[in-house]
Amino acid sequence: MNKNRMYPTYFIFGALLLYVVLYVLPSVMGLGYSFTDWSEYSREISYVGLDNFKTVFSSNYNYLRILMNTLRFTVVTTIAKNVIGLLLAVLLTKKVRLLNFHRAVMYMPCVLSALIVGMIFKSIMDPKVGLLNTALRAVGLDGLAQKWIYDSKLAFPSVMAVDIWKGMGYIMTILIAGIMSISPVYYEAAAIDGGNAWQCFRHITLPLLVPTLTVTTVLNVIYGLKVFDTVYALTNGGPGFATEVLYTGVYKEFSKGRYAVGTTLSTIMTLVMLVVGYFMIKHMVKGGGDQA
Amino acid sequence: MNSRMKNRKQLGILGVNLLAWILSLLLLAPLLLILVNSLKTSKEASYMSLALTADPQWSNYTTVIEKGKLYTTFLNSLIYSFSSVLLCTLLSSMAAYVMSRNNRKLHGFLYIFIVLGIAMPINFVTLMRVMQFTRLMNKRIGIVLLYTATQIPFNVFLIHSFVGKIPAEIDEAATIDGAAPMGLFLRVVLPLLKPVLVTVMVLTFLNTWNEFVMPLYFLDHSSKWPMTLAVYNFFGMYFKDWNLVCADIVLTSAPVILVYLIGQKYIVAGMTAGAIKG
Repeated sequence: MNKNRMYPTYFIFGALLLYVVLYVLPSVMGLGYSFTDWSEYSREISYVGLDNFKTVFSSNYNYLRILMNTLRFTVVTTIAKNVIGLLLAVLLTKKVRLLNFHRAVMYMPCVLSALIVGMIFKSIMDPKVGLLNTALRAVGLDGLAQKWIYDSKLAFPSVMAVDIWKGMGYIMTILIAGIMSISPVYYEAAAIDGGNAWQCFRHITLPLLVPTLTVTTVLNVIYGLKVFDTVYALTNGGPGFATEVLYTGVYKEFSKGRYAVGTTLSTIMTLVMLVVGYFMIKHMVKGGGDQA
Repeated sequence: MNSRMKNRKQLGILGVNLLAWILSLLLLAPLLLILVNSLKTSKEASYMSLALTADPQWSNYTTVIEKGKLYTTFLNSLIYSFSSVLLCTLLSSMAAYVMSRNNRKLHGFLYIFIVLGIAMPINFVTLMRVMQFTRLMNKRIGIVLLYTATQIPFNVFLIHSFVGKIPAEIDEAATIDGAAPMGLFLRVVLPLLKPVLVTVMVLTFLNTWNEFVMPLYFLDHSSKWPMTLAVYNFFGMYFKDWNLVCADIVLTSAPVILVYLIGQKYIVAGMTAGAIKG
């Protein structure tokens, strides 16, 4: 039977049109505009070569710091969410009472708006009346009561902690599915050989979860590099540039009308993401997707 | 010996349960905090504590609905979410279906091209240019189309893998019976895609409801704002009245919590699809 007649290509056009015009085109244009001096203040746009990239990678400005912050955020949250998510997944595949309740609770922050989570933790981390410091003082740990997101040293770890709190349930959910797809035969064999819980985890669960952990890592990296909402709501990049990440930086450039630098930052992200995307396609599309 | 092992095992079970509860409370406490404080007076709520109030102020909710213009923003969020869900589900499923079935090189390439969008960042600065050029700036329809466009990649990915599991013989039988491509898709294929479509719709709804960055960049007037952006703005204006802010947060989050509780199964299915080799 004629496949082209049964499955006409024009079925793809609607999705393709929106995707290309509103998603791909801006990125391609962005590459072009990053070689110009485009700004809100001048009608004329002229070619400036690599000037914008020189600005971004120069130590005279804070852009390099923004890029490093983004990278740090991505690495720390990816590792933490994977490790905590894995521990939670192992815990919640054991014989725990009200298992589904616990799983549902742990996943709950993921469905909340990051903006709202940011607002909630802005209250919790309030130095004077916030729940966190009140609780610390109540148990006599006054010394640990800090200024959290208002302290230039602690702000970034605090933001990352909130993001980890919000996102670990997502990784846990994926890993639970991964653990449950492991054949019980392995564990039965291990039990006969007298393997303890740690040995089972180390030699059965962990190796068999590597493909799943690869996917969660890729997903976390994609998310981490693009993070905006949580940071915007908690600190909006401050104090100073302590928590500034790429997308909050882009938003500030945009608000100030410095379009050229904003688009250059975005273009750098696009180029990085093409590499990440390559790995994603390799693992998700060709590996799991078609067989899942 | 035997009873000692049994004791140890029971201690282990107790420990595991205790740990699960501690962790769950760690996740629930911030949410309870908001719920509890949404019923306090402004003065009580200035100490954001978990203590319950003796005299619940239900009027906080009516106050915030009025002051926060929640009728308008709720309606906006509803329009954005429902339109994006319908449009995105339809376009994604049509595209994913043909790209999965019609296995020419072009379709394989287009599939990879679209799915790459899961990773691709959005260039908001140049997107503004495109929005101005297409006359979508500051319009509700512009926001709907943006939400649709940005969620096409993941939805195509989800649906594509599901289509592969439906035998193509069904299509052939329907075509022999005289079904045209659109009729075949709408009447035969779409009903079979129901499980994955529910997942796609639930996820698209949650993402759209929670999103605020597009309106932040591309809507100039607060009358078009969705609830999320409005609650943040409200928070800026009434930061001293945490009770009202909390009530606003509760109302803004209620729809997603409700959808989550009802559609949990479908959300988990979508989240884990593709991540697990099966």
